Amino acid sequence: MGLDMTALLEVTGLTAGFGSTPVLFEVSLDVQPGELMALIGANGAGKSTLLGALSGLVQIFDGDIRFDGRRLVGLRPERIVASGLAHVPQGRRLFGTMSVERNLLLGGYRRHDSGVRQDLQRILRYFPALADKMARDAGTLSGGEQQMVAIGRGLMARPKLLMIDEPSLGLAPKIVDRVMEIVKEINQDGTAVLLVEQDVTLALEIADRGYVLEDGRVAMSGRAQDLRRDPAVRKAYLGV
Amino acid sequence: MSLLALREVSKRFGGVNALSGVSFAVEPGEILGIIGPNGAGKTTLLNCISGVARLDAGDISWKEQSIKDVAPYRRAHLGIGRTFQIVRPFPSMTVRENTAMGVLFGRPHSRLQPAAAMKAADEVLELVGLVEKREYPVLRLTVPDRKRLELARALAMRPQLLLLDEVMAGLNHVEVEQALSMVRRIRENGVTIVLIEHVMKVIIGVCSRAIVLNFGRTLAEGPPEEVLKDRRVIEAYLGERYAKDHESPPRPGEGHDGP
Repeated sequence: MGLDMTALLEVTGLTAGFGSTPVLFEVSLDVQPGELMALIGANGAGKSTLLGALSGLVQIFDGDIRFDGRRLVGLRPERIVASGLAHVPQGRRLFGTMSVERNLLLGGYRRHDSGVRQDLQRILRYFPALADKMARDAGTLSGGEQQMVAIGRGLMARPKLLMIDEPSLGLAPKIVDRVMEIVKEINQDGTAVLLVEQDVTLALEIADRGYVLEDGRVAMSGRAQDLRRDPAVRKAYLGV
Repeated sequence: MSLLALREVSKRFGGVNALSGVSFAVEPGEILGIIGPNGAGKTTLLNCISGVARLDAGDISWKEQSIKDVAPYRRAHLGIGRTFQIVRPFPSMTVRENTAMGVLFGRPHSRLQPAAAMKAADEVLELVGLVEKREYPVLRLTVPDRKRLELARALAMRPQLLLLDEVMAGLNHVEVEQALSMVRRIRENGVTIVLIEHVMKVIIGVCSRAIVLNFGRTLAEGPPEEVLKDRRVIEAYLGERYAKDHESPPRPGEGHDGP
């Protein structure tokens, strides 16, 4: 896409990985403000590694990451969160023996504004099922409820871009639908979303655009509706 | 003779009734699917069968002998193998060594030499499609490969009954197809299977029967195609979108399989 002054997130030629082994090779992509972007690809393609690199958790060997006008490469993870990029990790990763409320509050621990309590109420509007479970240990919640807490914790940072890694993992079909509806709602309320999702049909149904990662490289990108019809995508990821 | 039979099995955690009076039998050679909402008691059920959790009431029998009070490791030696949702391989060992541990654990009195255990491990790794990665340290494995290893470790014990707890979670459609043919191969090798999955393609694709749990009770039971059309199952578990997508013909512009 070249130099795009309006992009919220712009990744250029990113090579990143673990130890001395790159997992991502010269990845370039962008996310526009308010956009819902799907990131798809087989297991091991590098999707979670890319989210990790954006969050400052994975070593970057080369390339650039610009977010909301600032360079993220080399920033510590907490600074990246404070700049408006929040990460909802795969497998939820809640603090199981802490209450739901404290888990949510931890999402906003870098904030010092007075809106934190109000935001807690805003999150309960997305997830009313959590309202009477605020005092419960997060680890005692069902998988679907835990995913809601994880997304809510991400939202507590008031991100401009929320990265969500496989929210459907291990959830009942009905709950998957509910979680996806909420992701769409969050996006419609103005937060850009970068969604990694194994259920490609579902992801491309709610996304505006998508990128396909293969073996650590961007293999394809385009409007979600076009990717859904693409024969290569259908064969490789939809199994049709 | 049923391989496994549960009679009125109940399990409580504090004030929560995780399982209330669940009864069913598993016949040799079948693949039984357990489905239901998150928190319905599915994993607790596998924990009760493998002995990780003790029953509060009811009985479980293996080949018509009660195993209610038999320790988990002894149930494993009787022939009940399982995988765990959260995999815990030995992190400092290779894929092959991890699998060989399963081989050795499954044959406690065989005085098997390490080389023979490694050879037996290779056979299992071939079956699950990991043989080319046998020298990998387990930490290098991707999520689906870690699930395959979990399966290999359970299979290495040569179980007669294999309990699989969401081994296909996180796989995409194509990877699920590969996993399904692996499950079929395992069954062809004479292993009876009870599996928990949220992927309906799996339930329809390999299970001869499905049991739906809801709030610790059996909500429905029968052939998967029938169970998945049950209104109560749609309301409690599948949701209307699933029902709509699977009952009506594809919407215009979607799918190209029609004439």
